[in-house]
Amino acid sequence: MNQKEGYADEVVKGFITWSLVWGVVAVLLGVVISLQLAYPQLNLPPYLSYGRLRPIHTNAGIFGWGVGSFMAFFIYVTQRLTKTKLWSPGLAKFQLWLFNVIIASAAVTLMLGMTRSKEYAELEWPIALLIVVLWVIFSINIIMTIIKRKEEQMYISLWYIMAALIGVAVLYLVNNAGIPVSLTKSYSAYAGANDANVQWWYGHNAVAMVLTAPPLALFYYFLPKSTGVPIYSHRMGVIAFWSLIFMYLWTGAHHLLWTPVPDWVQTLAMAFSVMLIAPSWASVFNGYFSMNGQWHQMRENYLVKFFIFGITFYGLQTIQGPSQAVRTFSAFIHYTDWVPGHVHMGTLGWVSLIIFASIYYVVPRIYGKEIYSIPLVNLHFWLAVTGQLIFSITMWIAGVQQATMLNATNSDGSLHYSFMETLVEMYPYWYGRAFGGIIYFVSMLIFVYNIVKTVNGNSTNAAIKKA
Amino acid sequence: MLEKKPVIFLLLATVVILIGTAVTMIAPFKWINDPKLKIAEVKPYTALQLEGRDIYIREGCNNCHTQTVRPLLADVERYGEYSKVGEFIYDQPHLWGSRRTGPDLARIGGKYPDAWHLKHMVDPQSMVPRSNMPKYAFLQRPLDTSLTEKKMKALKFPSTPAELAALTGKSELDAMVAYLQKLGSDIPWRKSAQAAVLGDLKNPFLDNKTVLPEGKAIYEKECAQCHGADLKGGVGPSLADMDKPDSYIFKTLFGGIPAGGMPAFGDSLGKDRIWKVASFLKSRQAH
Repeated sequence: MNQKEGYADEVVKGFITWSLVWGVVAVLLGVVISLQLAYPQLNLPPYLSYGRLRPIHTNAGIFGWGVGSFMAFFIYVTQRLTKTKLWSPGLAKFQLWLFNVIIASAAVTLMLGMTRSKEYAELEWPIALLIVVLWVIFSINIIMTIIKRKEEQMYISLWYIMAALIGVAVLYLVNNAGIPVSLTKSYSAYAGANDANVQWWYGHNAVAMVLTAPPLALFYYFLPKSTGVPIYSHRMGVIAFWSLIFMYLWTGAHHLLWTPVPDWVQTLAMAFSVMLIAPSWASVFNGYFSMNGQWHQMRENYLVKFFIFGITFYGLQTIQGPSQAVRTFSAFIHYTDWVPGHVHMGTLGWVSLIIFASIYYVVPRIYGKEIYSIPLVNLHFWLAVTGQLIFSITMWIAGVQQATMLNATNSDGSLHYSFMETLVEMYPYWYGRAFGGIIYFVSMLIFVYNIVKTVNGNSTNAAIKKA
Repeated sequence: MLEKKPVIFLLLATVVILIGTAVTMIAPFKWINDPKLKIAEVKPYTALQLEGRDIYIREGCNNCHTQTVRPLLADVERYGEYSKVGEFIYDQPHLWGSRRTGPDLARIGGKYPDAWHLKHMVDPQSMVPRSNMPKYAFLQRPLDTSLTEKKMKALKFPSTPAELAALTGKSELDAMVAYLQKLGSDIPWRKSAQAAVLGDLKNPFLDNKTVLPEGKAIYEKECAQCHGADLKGGVGPSLADMDKPDSYIFKTLFGGIPAGGMPAFGDSLGKDRIWKVASFLKSRQAH
């Protein structure tokens, strides 16, 4: 049926393939830099030191793996929800090519030390300009497809897709404003506390517009598709959507609690972060309630557990995040390893589980093949969840211990531990984190192997075609 | 209703996104740029310091080191006076960071002498044995100054031809150390912090030999990197044969010698442990 409709699925295949490549790179680099923290002799300066590799890890993960997959699924989902062919498949093909040029040059330039230093906005201005072009052609293609749609009603997934397109554009343009000195060097247009506030307005909303809205779009589309049951409440979806995109933009300064940024900005960020629990959990409940009477599918349908664990990690993430955004808790936990533990529950647990399931759902359908091995899917799932939990739980304990030590005082009010005494205690946790990362990396390899075998397999399955 | 009108939907979503943006991202410029928050002593970076800052950015030091001291007891005691808005007005970009794998550097300027930084950057473990910082020996290469003038102009920092000419022959490491020494030292916080530290100066452990092992252990952790495990000196002077009263040793350890690059240990070690180190040092005197 897909072929008959003439949907542009070749480019979906391209984006999935490349997002797999960048995903493996991102996790491999994550393992490498986690080992560098534990064994400093593994730093090979200048090119292969932690300071230069860590931004490549985050960029490959968020933009290569995350955005690469989202581009694939936005194109896939939009065509199906609008019952309309992609507005311009040619433009999408160019977009895939440009996307890869950008991610590859990001990796090379970051290794050469060309960086703006702002987290998740490190890339120097010529690459940033290419990203603007990339995003504009992507947005035009999706929005034009929606405008020319044959299905009048726009389903929830399309709202999140449109919000992500607009949100990323606004954020990226503002935070990347700069003063170029040469092709490879520029300075931020903002200084000091202004620059920090703009940066974390960007940084936190990159989490909203890249790591929340797109996976929610996929969740709302692929959960019903995989289970055959509709989403529990459309109205709850409407309320959650608008309140989520309204409230998220107020919360950036929770990354800046106790810094010189004005107190009232911090207080607003704290309040809105706590309020965000409501729309976040509305989506969680929408997922859970959709499963009413269908929980047996957790056992029988190999995709469902990805979605349910994914949305559960999202729920935990959106409880933990607001708690970290409260001044008192932030004073204790900020700047420790607790925070990487938090971040990786979101990226490895929530975002990646949803992407894995979406790829498992889509690949057999667009290639007309049956999944190569369901036992391998299950193995991948359990290894990924185990690796992620080892990573996050280790880091939470490490963070609490270091925070406690850093705050410990003697009876005369002096500090009980020097900084080094707290750092030395972190080594065992860092070995533990690397171990969790290696398990996750192995799960990624199994995943890629299964997908490659599926694509190269011969069997076409009549049952799958009806989707 | 909205779900059937994509253009209106997009416009409305944009407006919704821009409300929080206007309040929490655009409006704060007015508060942060308040002229009352300016600090007269805070000066722009010199050409050498700016080049050092650019190397700090290039090497991604901000991935492990923050540059903001929070107004919290443990932060202030460990790093120094809390950070002020006016101290960052020349920081494009800001380098506040998000993770303290290593210590905060907002007030590192003046804490150690240049010689300490030079040794530490080349081989951190030689100074701090169990540190996980990478070695930056390669920074001993010559500094590339081809863009320096353009950079100073782009940021509107003043510089003279003589200053730029003086950069020839400098290494990247020189620039890095110049930058580190400027950090947080524009406001005279060390002086005011030092004035308040003196109290009862009678050694409570006089002739008490039981505290010597602990004093030695603290010495090895905190002092040996500069004064040598054998007290014979290194970056700092030899302590093997100093003929000074207990109270002088205590004062020096507690408040440091800002002009000489001796850090103050009062807040981090406390009186008790400083007296133990002082007792240890006295016990090691030749006469």
